Amino acid sequence: MALLDTSKYAQGFGLGGVNPDLASERQTASFSVERLTTVLDGGAEHTRVRRAVVEAIERDPVFSRENQYFQTQNERYEAAVRKAVHLQKKMHEMGWREDGPEFIYIYRALAGDVAFLLHRVFMRSISVLGSDEQVAKWIPLATKHQLIGSYAQTELGHGTYLQGLETTAVFDTTTQEFILNTPKISAMKWWPGDMGRSATHTVVFAQLYVHGKCYGVHPFIVQMRSLRDHSLCPGITAGDIGPKMNFEHIDNGYLMLQNVRIPRENMLNKFCEVQPDGTYIRRGSQKINYFTMTTLRVSLLSDEVILPLMKACTIAIRYSAVRRQSKLNPGEEEAKILDYQTQQEKLLPQLAAAYAFHFINNYLHKLFDRGYKEIQERNFSSLPELHASSSGFKAMLSQYCTAGVEICLRACGGHGYSLLSGLPSLYTKILASCIYEGENTILLLQTARFLIKCFAAASAGQPVPQSVTYLAAVKPGKCPAKNKLDFLNPDIYVEAYQHIAIRLLSSTAAKLQDLIQSGVKKHEAWNQCTVQLVQAAKAHCHYITVKNFVETVEKLENKAGIQKIMKHLCDLYALHGIFSNAGLFLHDGYISGAQMDMITASYLDLLGVIRKDAVPLVDAFDFTDKSLNSALGSYDGNVYQRLYEWAQKSPTNQQISPAYEKYLRPLLHNKLSKL
Amino acid sequence: MQPEVQQRKKAESFSCTIYCEALVINDPDFQHEDLNFLSRSQRYEQAIRKSSLMVMKLREYGIADPEEIYWFKRTCLGNFPEPFGLHFSMFQKTIESQATDSQKKKWLPLVRGIIGTYAQTEMGHGTHLRGLETTATYDPATQEFILNSPTVTSIKWWPGGLGKTSNHAIVLAQLYTQGQCKGLHAFIVPIRQLGTHEPLPGITVGDIGPKFGYDEMDNGYLKMDNFRIPRENMLMKYAQVEPDGTYVKPLSDKLTYGTMVFIRSLIVGDSARSLSRACTIAIRYSAVRHQSELKPGEPEPQILDYQTQQYKLFPLLATAYAFHFVGAYIKDTYRRISGDINEGDLSELPELHALTAGLKAFTSWTANAGIEECRMACGGHGYSRCSGIPDIYVTFTPSCTYEGENTVMMLQTARFLVKSYNQVAAGQRVSGMVSYLNDLSRQRIQPQHVAARTVSVRINDPVSLVEAYKARAARLVEAAAKNLQAELNHRKSKEDAWNRTSVDLVRASEVHCHYVIVKLFTAKLSEISNAAVRAVMTELCLLYALYGISKNAGDFMQAGILTDAQITQVNQRVKELLAIIRPNAVALVDSFDFHDTHLGSVLGRYDGNVYENMFEWAKKSPLNKTEVHESFHKHLKPMQAKL
Repeated sequence: MALLDTSKYAQGFGLGGVNPDLASERQTASFSVERLTTVLDGGAEHTRVRRAVVEAIERDPVFSRENQYFQTQNERYEAAVRKAVHLQKKMHEMGWREDGPEFIYIYRALAGDVAFLLHRVFMRSISVLGSDEQVAKWIPLATKHQLIGSYAQTELGHGTYLQGLETTAVFDTTTQEFILNTPKISAMKWWPGDMGRSATHTVVFAQLYVHGKCYGVHPFIVQMRSLRDHSLCPGITAGDIGPKMNFEHIDNGYLMLQNVRIPRENMLNKFCEVQPDGTYIRRGSQKINYFTMTTLRVSLLSDEVILPLMKACTIAIRYSAVRRQSKLNPGEEEAKILDYQTQQEKLLPQLAAAYAFHFINNYLHKLFDRGYKEIQERNFSSLPELHASSSGFKAMLSQYCTAGVEICLRACGGHGYSLLSGLPSLYTKILASCIYEGENTILLLQTARFLIKCFAAASAGQPVPQSVTYLAAVKPGKCPAKNKLDFLNPDIYVEAYQHIAIRLLSSTAAKLQDLIQSGVKKHEAWNQCTVQLVQAAKAHCHYITVKNFVETVEKLENKAGIQKIMKHLCDLYALHGIFSNAGLFLHDGYISGAQMDMITASYLDLLGVIRKDAVPLVDAFDFTDKSLNSALGSYDGNVYQRLYEWAQKSPTNQQISPAYEKYLRPLLHNKLSKL
Repeated sequence: MQPEVQQRKKAESFSCTIYCEALVINDPDFQHEDLNFLSRSQRYEQAIRKSSLMVMKLREYGIADPEEIYWFKRTCLGNFPEPFGLHFSMFQKTIESQATDSQKKKWLPLVRGIIGTYAQTEMGHGTHLRGLETTATYDPATQEFILNSPTVTSIKWWPGGLGKTSNHAIVLAQLYTQGQCKGLHAFIVPIRQLGTHEPLPGITVGDIGPKFGYDEMDNGYLKMDNFRIPRENMLMKYAQVEPDGTYVKPLSDKLTYGTMVFIRSLIVGDSARSLSRACTIAIRYSAVRHQSELKPGEPEPQILDYQTQQYKLFPLLATAYAFHFVGAYIKDTYRRISGDINEGDLSELPELHALTAGLKAFTSWTANAGIEECRMACGGHGYSRCSGIPDIYVTFTPSCTYEGENTVMMLQTARFLVKSYNQVAAGQRVSGMVSYLNDLSRQRIQPQHVAARTVSVRINDPVSLVEAYKARAARLVEAAAKNLQAELNHRKSKEDAWNRTSVDLVRASEVHCHYVIVKLFTAKLSEISNAAVRAVMTELCLLYALYGISKNAGDFMQAGILTDAQITQVNQRVKELLAIIRPNAVALVDSFDFHDTHLGSVLGRYDGNVYENMFEWAKKSPLNKTEVHESFHKHLKPMQAKL
C-alpha cells in the first residue's frame, strides 16, 4: 500500500513540526500556561511529581495504549490484567507507595485502562468497615495481591436502592457461620467490576438474618475462587456479564450464591457485630455502611468525570483551530472552525465548566478530609451534609460532563465519530458515571431531602450546616443590574443563583406542605413534587459551584495573567448557566426581560474574549499526546497525517477479508444461491 | 415477483412492511444472530453475507420498487448499516439521475456485476462542498480525465462500502479543462480489479478504522495518483465536456437540491423510528423493573410509577409521535413538490429545502439526546449492550453530522427566515410556514418587541398553543434579524455580521422548527377518526407542546406570551398529563409495532421476561468461553507466586 510522502507534507509546517494554525494560537496567550498548570496541580512540586509519573508510565511499553482501538474484548481484558500486574512491579521499582505523593497520578497516567480497580474499593471497605483484627488480617494479603478483591453490591434487580437488595446471609449459631444465598434470579449480583473473571474474594452486601429476624444490609467477605487454580468455590456461580458500551477491559461480573458458608469473622464488624450467641450489636450510625460509597462518589469525580471533560475539550478545541471549513469572508481562505460563533458557543462553556468543576472538586475534597477525620473519631454529625454533597455534586457533575463530552464529540463533525479521535471512548466511559455509585436522579432526590430538612430547620432558626446557611437569608427583591457590564460583577450573579436556589426550594417545600395539609399521604406528596425537588437540588449545587469559582478566583495570585483569564471563565460559566436556564431566572421577575438581553450580550461577548486564549487554556491541562490517544487532539495539530497513518494500522487493512472470496465474488458472478 | 407473493400483496391492502417482514422472517437464511459477541471483522463478514443474500433474493423475488427495497432491507438487516447501502441509494441513483441516456445504457446493465459507492466527503472537507480538493483534469490528447488527490486533506474519507467492498465509486472532483476550474462534477471511477478485487494501479484504498458504531460498515479512504478514466465516465446529463475540452454548462443548479431534500427528509423519519425504538425499550423495561419504595411497607413499585421516570420518558414518547407525523408530512410534501419540479415549477423548492434542513437538524438533535435519555432511564442495564439502546444510539448519532452538519443546516434555514423577514419588511407578503412573518408589518412602527402583544393562551387547547409557538417564532426570528441588522450597521462586513449573530440565528431556526412541529402534530389530530385514539393523541400533543413551553419558559415569558402564573400552570399541567398518560404508556409503545428481533433488546422484550434472558445472554459472552480465563495462567498466577 502506497504511503504518502510524509516529509513533503511536513514541509508545509513551521519549525518543530507544529501545525502553524495551532502554533499561532499559542503565540497570543494572555497568560502563562505553565503557571496555570501549577495552579491546577496545586503547586509546582505536584506538577513535577505528576510529570515524572506520567513519563515513567508512558515510557514503559507494557502500558502502551497504541492498539487500544483495534482490540477485542478478550484482548482488552488481558491487556488490563497484564498492566495491573506489571504496575505492582513498576511501583516497587520506582519506589512509589500507595500512600506516597505519586500514587494519585498513576491512574491518571494509565487513563484508567487497567484491571483491579475494584480491588482498591475492596480494601477501602475493609479499612473503613472492618475491625482492627479484620484490617490486620486482610489488608496485608490484599496489599501483596495474594488475593484479588471485588465489591458486590448491585444486583440484577436492584441498584441504588440498597434496602431492596435480596441476597441473604443467615447466621447459624451451631457452626458460627453465615449462610449466603441468592434466593432468586433478580438477587444475583450483577455488574461488580473485576468479578467476572479475576477476583478471588469479594465484599458481598446481603440482608442479615439472625434467629429469623432481619437486621438489614451488611457487608461480608466471601471467597469466590480457589487461590490455587482459580476455579470457582463450591456453591458459587460467576462469570462475565457480556459486552457493554465501554469498559471492555473490565470483567464486570455476575455472582450467584447457593448455601455458601463463611465464618462469623467474615462480617465486617467495626460498626455492627453478631456475637457468637447471635446477639446483634450496633456501634454508631447504620449509615456508616454507606460511607464507602459516599467517599467513592467524591473520589471518582476527578479521574472519571472532570478529566474526561478536560480531555474532550483539549481534543475538540485543538482540532477546531486546525480544521478549516467554509469561508467567513469571500476571497479569504477557509476559516478555522473555532472562529465561528456557533462553534465557540458549543465548546467554550464546556471549557469554563471544566475549570469550575476542577475547583469544586477541591472544595469537596477539603470537606471530606475534615469529615473523614471526625468519623474516625466516631463523630457522625457531619455525615448528612457529606452524604448530600457527595450525592448532589456527583449527579450534577457527571450529568453535565457527560453532556459536555458529547457536545465536544459532535463539534468535531464526522471525524469525532471515528474511534481514532478518542472522543467516542471518552464518551461511552464517562456516561457510565451517571449511573454507577448511585443513579443521578435518585441522588439528587437524596440531596433534596437534606435540603428540605435544612430549610425547615433554618426557617425555624435552628443551626444548619455551613454550606446551607444561605437558606436562612430569604430576602425578596430584584436583580439590581443596570447594564450588561454589571453582569460581570460576581456579586450580581452569585446573588441571582442564590435567589433561584432559595426560591425553588422554598416553593417546593410550600407545595409539599400544601399537599400534605390537603390530606395527601406524605410519600405520595413527595412523589408528586419530585420533578421540582430534582430541580431545586441542582440549583443548590449550581449555586455552590458558581460561588466557589468566584471565591477561588479572588484568592488566585494576580500574576502572569492568571487571575484575569480565570475571572473571564468564571463569568462565562455563570452567565452561560443563566442564559441556558433563562426561564428559572425570569420566573418571579428577579431578572427582567431587558436584563436577560444584557446577560445574553455579555455572554456572547465573553465567547469572543475567551476564544483568543482557548488553545492555551486547554494546553494548561497538560495532557500528553499518549494520554489523549487522539488523532485529532495531539499537541502538534498534525491531524490529517495522523488520522491517515493510524487508519493504516487497522486490522481491517492488514488482514485479507474472507468476505470477498466467500460472498462478494459469488455475488458478482450471480452464483450466491449455491451457498 | 413470484405469483403467490404478488397475489397476496394485492389481496391484502397491508403496507409493504408486513409483506416484506413475512418474506424475511420465514427465511432461515436471515436468522438473526447476536452481533454483540462478534468482532468488527466478523460483523463486517456477517453483513456482507446478509447483504449478498439479500441482493440475490431481491433479484429472485423481482422486487424493484424503491420503497419495497427499503422495507425489505430494513427487515433483512435489522437496523444495522450495510456495506452495499450506497450501491443502491447513491451509486445507482446518481447514474439514473445524472447520466445521459447512452451512459445509462452502458452502466445500468452492468450495475449487477459491479459494486459501487459514492465518494464525496474528504478528510479535510465535509459539508462545505465547494472546498473539496480532488481534481479531475481533462486531457484532450487521450480524451481522458486524470484524477488526483493532491493533498492529505483531499483523500476521500468516510464513504460507506469504499474500504473493502466496492469495486467502483462515483467520485466528486473539481473539474479542470482548458486550464480552468469548472467546479464539482461526478465521475464513475473503477477502483478494484474485477476478478481479483485488488486495487487498481494508481489507487490507494482501505478502511478508515474503527468507529463509534457502524462496525459492519467498511467506511473507506481513497487516494488517486494520476489515475486515468475515459471521457465517457463523467456523468454528463447536465454539464458536459466535449472531446476537444469545451465545457458546456448545466441549465440550472437548483436541481441538485432535490436529492438532498429527499435524503434529509428520510432522516426526519429515521429520527422518529430510532426514538420510538428507544422509547419502546425504556418504557417496557420501566414497567418490569421494580425499585425502592413509594409507600413505606409496600412492595417495590414499578419504576414507571415514579414521577421523575415519567417526566423523563413520556415527553420523549410524545416527541416520537410528533416526529412520526412530521416525517410523513415531509415525505408527502416532497412527493407533491417533486411532481411540480418535473413540470418545471421550482417555486416551492426554496422553502422545502429550508424546512427539511432545519427539521433534519431539529429532529436528529432531539432524537439523539432522547435516545440517551431513554438509555439513562434504564439505569445500569441500559449501559449493557443487551439493552439494545447503545446500538441504536451509535447507529443514529452520525445523522447529526452526515447529509449536512446540523448547525450548518440550522443556519441555512435561518438564511431563508431572514430573507423572508426582509421581504416582509420591504412590503412583500410571504407564504407557507413563514406566513406568520406577515403579521409583523402591522407592528412595524412600534419600538417594542412585536410579539409582546398579548396572545391569550389557553393551555388545554392545542390550537391555542400553536399560536403561542408561532408568536415565539415571530419574536425570535425578528430579534435575530434585528441583531443582524445592528451588526451590519456597525459597518461590519456581511459575513462578519452573520457570524456574530449566528447563535441567535440558530435559535431562530430552532423555534421556527419547533413551531412547525407543534402545528403539524395539532393538525394531525383532526384527521384521526377513532375517538379513543384521538383522545390519547391529543394528550400526547398537549404534553409535547406544554413540555416544550416548560423547558423554554424563558422565551415565552420574555416575549410576554405567557405570564409567570401561566408558566406555573403549564408546569403543573405537564405533571398531570404524565399521570393521565401513564395507564396507556405500554400500549402506546406497543403501537409502534416493533418485532422483538427488530428491536434487538433484552430489556425491551414484548414478553417482559428481562432477568432470565439477561442471564442467558451473558453466558454467551466471549469472556465466558472457558471457566478459567487464560489471563489467570499468563498473569495472575505468576503474580501471586512471585509476591
